[in-house]
Amino acid sequence: MLEAIAVLLVCQLIGELVVVGLGIPLPGPVIGMAILFFGLMIYGKVPESLGNISKGILDQLSLLFVPAGVGVMTHLTLLGEEWIPITTSLVISTLVTLGLTGVMMQKLVVRTDNATINTTSIPNKKKGGDHDD
Amino acid sequence: MTIDESSMWVYLSASPLLHLTITVTLFVLARLLYRKMGQRAWLNPVLLTVLVIVALLTWTNTSYEVYFEGAQFVHFLLGPATVALAVPLYRQIALVKRYPVALMASIFTGSTVAMISAVAIAKLGDVSEQTLISIAPKSITTPVAMGISEQLGGLPSLTAVLVILTGILGAAMGPWLLDKLRVTNSVAQGLAMGVASHGIGTGRAVYMSDVAAAFAGLAMGLNALITAVLVPVLWHWLM
Repeated sequence: MLEAIAVLLVCQLIGELVVVGLGIPLPGPVIGMAILFFGLMIYGKVPESLGNISKGILDQLSLLFVPAGVGVMTHLTLLGEEWIPITTSLVISTLVTLGLTGVMMQKLVVRTDNATINTTSIPNKKKGGDHDD
Repeated sequence: MTIDESSMWVYLSASPLLHLTITVTLFVLARLLYRKMGQRAWLNPVLLTVLVIVALLTWTNTSYEVYFEGAQFVHFLLGPATVALAVPLYRQIALVKRYPVALMASIFTGSTVAMISAVAIAKLGDVSEQTLISIAPKSITTPVAMGISEQLGGLPSLTAVLVILTGILGAAMGPWLLDKLRVTNSVAQGLAMGVASHGIGTGRAVYMSDVAAAFAGLAMGLNALITAVLVPVLWHWLM
């Protein structure tokens, strides 16, 4: 278990050092994530303890956003002034992204499936509607 | 009696333990409520906890700095948690082999459109530069989005709230929009949900189908990596 924690911390630390050392405008932990990802690709599997620790920490991931989220209280004036453009941007951008990505991927998937028809069995459940919860 | 009570309050409010306890306990309660109410997207436990804590701090006249002395212990775990995202991404990466070109092209397009459209629309509304930076990574998973926002001089706390709102919007409108656009393929449905609305959209895709959920998770992970690389590059071009 401690080995896995050490792996996560070492990856993050290297990430932070790379960011500071090379002046890359990216968060250190994201570089750390890329380092661990390529490390796993080379290693070829996820060690059990790393799998357990990651699941443990990621299962509680949303709790970790709370302290930063509360910081929004220091920007209430800003939000009061800009909430209309912010909301408009969120709604339209989310709809455009969803629609465009979905339509594009569906066109490409159908093309790929037609090109490789019956060479592999793709368990692709197609259905029109969805279950509404 | 009154002296005891006030000295106890002085002791408690000076100790990081109080705000750490409030953060964890209120989140546990909010998550319990969320699960009891059938996991409605708008009852998001993070948003609910943030709202209640902001109200509490305002009411007791406590500054964010004092609150953060306790909450920093939770906040610190965000770094290692971001690194740990590599594990689920590694497990899902085999899915890429099915449609390598289609997947990469769609995620790349979705990722770019999410950023550019968000910034462009907000810019029309004449918002501050800090807000523009904070809104750019709105479609990617919260820990990465906050890191990017902070790195570029945005407001990570505003980003956290905007990312969660984006997730709720995507989860609520996604299935309806995809149905209207006749996107019936499960791979495409999942991909759209994951690219546009990260973990919350992925959570909603679980109710669509197993295939959709798997591809939503993959899309979320790859989108984080792609956006992390694209944002700093696009930034100079957009500004």
